[in-house]
Amino acid sequence: MAKSADYSAFLRSNGEGRLTLDLAVEGIGSPDAIAQIENALLGVPGLVRARLNFTTRRLATEWADAVPDPTPAIATLEGLGYRVAPFLSDSAESIEDQRTEWLLKCLAIAGFAAMNVMLLSISVWAGNITDITPETRDLFHWLSALIALPAAGYAGQPFFFSALRALRSGAMNMDVPISIGITLALGMSVYETAHHAEHAYFDSALMLIFFLLAGRVLDHAMRKKTRAAAANLAALRVPVATRLNDDNSLTGLPPEALQPGDVVLVRPGERIAADGVVLMGSSSVDNSLVTGETAAQNVSQGDEVFAGTLNGHAELQVKVSAAGSATLLADIERLMEGAVLAKSTYVQFADRVARIYAPVVHIAAGVTAMGWIALGASVHDAIIIAIAVLIITCPCALALAAPTVQVVVAGALFRRGILMKSGDVIERLAVVDTIVFDKTGTLTLPEPALLDAGDLSEEAMRLASRLAQSSHHPLARALRDYGVSAFGRLEPVQNAEEVTGEGVRALLNGVPIRLGNAAFCEMAPFIWQNEASTIGFRYGEVTGIISIGQALRPDAADTIAALQRDGYRILILSGDQKSAVDAIGRALGVGDCRSRLRPSDKLLVLDALKAEGRTVLMVGDGLNDAPALAAASVSLSPATGSDVTQAAADAVFTGAKLGPVRDALQLCRKGQKVMRDNFLLALLYNLVAVPLAVAGFVTPLIAAAAMSGSSILVTANALRARQAKGLSA
Amino acid sequence: MTILLYLVPAALGLGLLALGAFMWSLKSGQYEDLDGAAHRILNDDDLKDR
Repeated sequence: MAKSADYSAFLRSNGEGRLTLDLAVEGIGSPDAIAQIENALLGVPGLVRARLNFTTRRLATEWADAVPDPTPAIATLEGLGYRVAPFLSDSAESIEDQRTEWLLKCLAIAGFAAMNVMLLSISVWAGNITDITPETRDLFHWLSALIALPAAGYAGQPFFFSALRALRSGAMNMDVPISIGITLALGMSVYETAHHAEHAYFDSALMLIFFLLAGRVLDHAMRKKTRAAAANLAALRVPVATRLNDDNSLTGLPPEALQPGDVVLVRPGERIAADGVVLMGSSSVDNSLVTGETAAQNVSQGDEVFAGTLNGHAELQVKVSAAGSATLLADIERLMEGAVLAKSTYVQFADRVARIYAPVVHIAAGVTAMGWIALGASVHDAIIIAIAVLIITCPCALALAAPTVQVVVAGALFRRGILMKSGDVIERLAVVDTIVFDKTGTLTLPEPALLDAGDLSEEAMRLASRLAQSSHHPLARALRDYGVSAFGRLEPVQNAEEVTGEGVRALLNGVPIRLGNAAFCEMAPFIWQNEASTIGFRYGEVTGIISIGQALRPDAADTIAALQRDGYRILILSGDQKSAVDAIGRALGVGDCRSRLRPSDKLLVLDALKAEGRTVLMVGDGLNDAPALAAASVSLSPATGSDVTQAAADAVFTGAKLGPVRDALQLCRKGQKVMRDNFLLALLYNLVAVPLAVAGFVTPLIAAAAMSGSSILVTANALRARQAKGLSA
Repeated sequence: MTILLYLVPAALGLGLLALGAFMWSLKSGQYEDLDGAAHRILNDDDLKDR
């Protein structure tokens, strides 16, 4: 590397006089990486501490110098085969982290209190059937109150606040009946204790809080993991904008920090970080992520380039014309906002149940109280029984029914490389009946790949792949990737020289070896064929033409066929030329292909499908897909998509295969079924328990047993959602 | 029943001790990398005689 960039824009002070830098690391497979990475970094000057978080795949580094130079550390990691990008965690993420910590605190306090109150309660229950004195029982009840009231006051906050928020906006969620149940149980228990009664429900209230918090902690832990993975992908893709300062030094900084008028250096193969005008250099630019068009566009001095596009074979200096998210991005974001608004009206199944459940339960309790009074019971007894009804129906199992399944399904999806943004994605994916695919980068691989090796022998291809390692040209990269997957680790050819715009050449065993355009390889001009790009290869007298282009994802045809068998209607919407789109449609057996669509056209198609009453899943990767992704009922994006696209999509899938799309649908359908079973189980439990409570038979012991029994049943049932039929290998 | 005067505080005290230990572990960031911690314990690069 000629000049080192400085990463000061990513450094943060840790408050102890040291500077910290967070790095997102890609390529960590086995846990051996922890020791490998941390040991490799031991000798880096200025680095005092490096610790890899294996859960989030991030490396926290601490530096002693005032102006640290992390370049050697990054070079060391890249030498080990990892991809690294400086990383700034956003405020939304740290707020979520704080909330997870707070929930854990609440869970610990509820757990501590529940255990100790249960200790006292069991003594009382045992004593009630033997020889406990009323004084001892009162003492135990007061002790329970002393533990339970402050503990429930603290640990119940997540539910109380959420219930208050819902009520203020005139809505109803599960937290409303939960809060009412907890408050009444505690209030009644204090009243009963003061009147020397046999029963108090402190243990029920605390157990309820503990079980519910466990569900929420699980939910947060799952989302933390998927969120971190998604953020890492984003950091790795638009790595760092490299600003060329007036004194010719380089500064690495996040693309958002660029100002209009800044000059950025874009190396071959890097994504352009901002909209701008080319100041120096000429190269080809891949616009496919922005417009969906596959043919590369040649740019030179004075041409306009857009953020998110991929630079080809040569270095460019670009003068930034619009800062941050102005211009092209802004247009697309405006379209997206409208579309997102339309989607936010979706109500989760659990909340729909709560809307009916809460009033029914409260009316049942009221009727119970009045019924007992009518039958001649005292007002005190009638109210006690009514509260018992509320406690027993407190939707412990109901509140666990959805989150437990969401955690299990999210875990299963995560293992298959699908990162979900929120739990309700499961419900929305489960009801899809139409799937709309983008072509470029979604059905096809995001990077160009080897299509045809001509009549070159395997040995010649191995040599070509070895030589390709010495070039930055995107076509050479495709050839190198093919070589690595076909032959394993490749040794680079020694002393290879890259001639910009021509190719690479070297001497191997005294014989000249070349890879590049026709003239460079001393061959007849190639005939341009089939939308593919071609490179020539010469080794002594052996020559051949290698064609490289947009290849379908390896399992695209199988996946689409399977989806059609499952009964989904499939459409392909693309911004690309008609011939290219139709060819893909024929290869995949999809009849409904529409080409040359602008982002707003895609929105129109989706609206038309919605008007037909269809529930649409949109799968796309380009900036031009973002509005459509936001407008669809639910959306998926490959991890190679643009930032904006991933922000708009409900879930992101990784890897070169299309299979995860079907896996996601299958797992979510199964998840939805299990979730419904769970609600049914919870309801069945109520059918048994409520009559008992109405009849006045429910003691704290029965309440505790019923509550934990139904919670365990629902949680165990949720584990079934881990597997679904017909998943890809 | 005077035994309760010792036993109840002892039970509560032990519980509080565990709660305190948990809070300390939470505060010192031990729950931030559950997957990593599970593997780090198997790493014995820190042993001198290797």
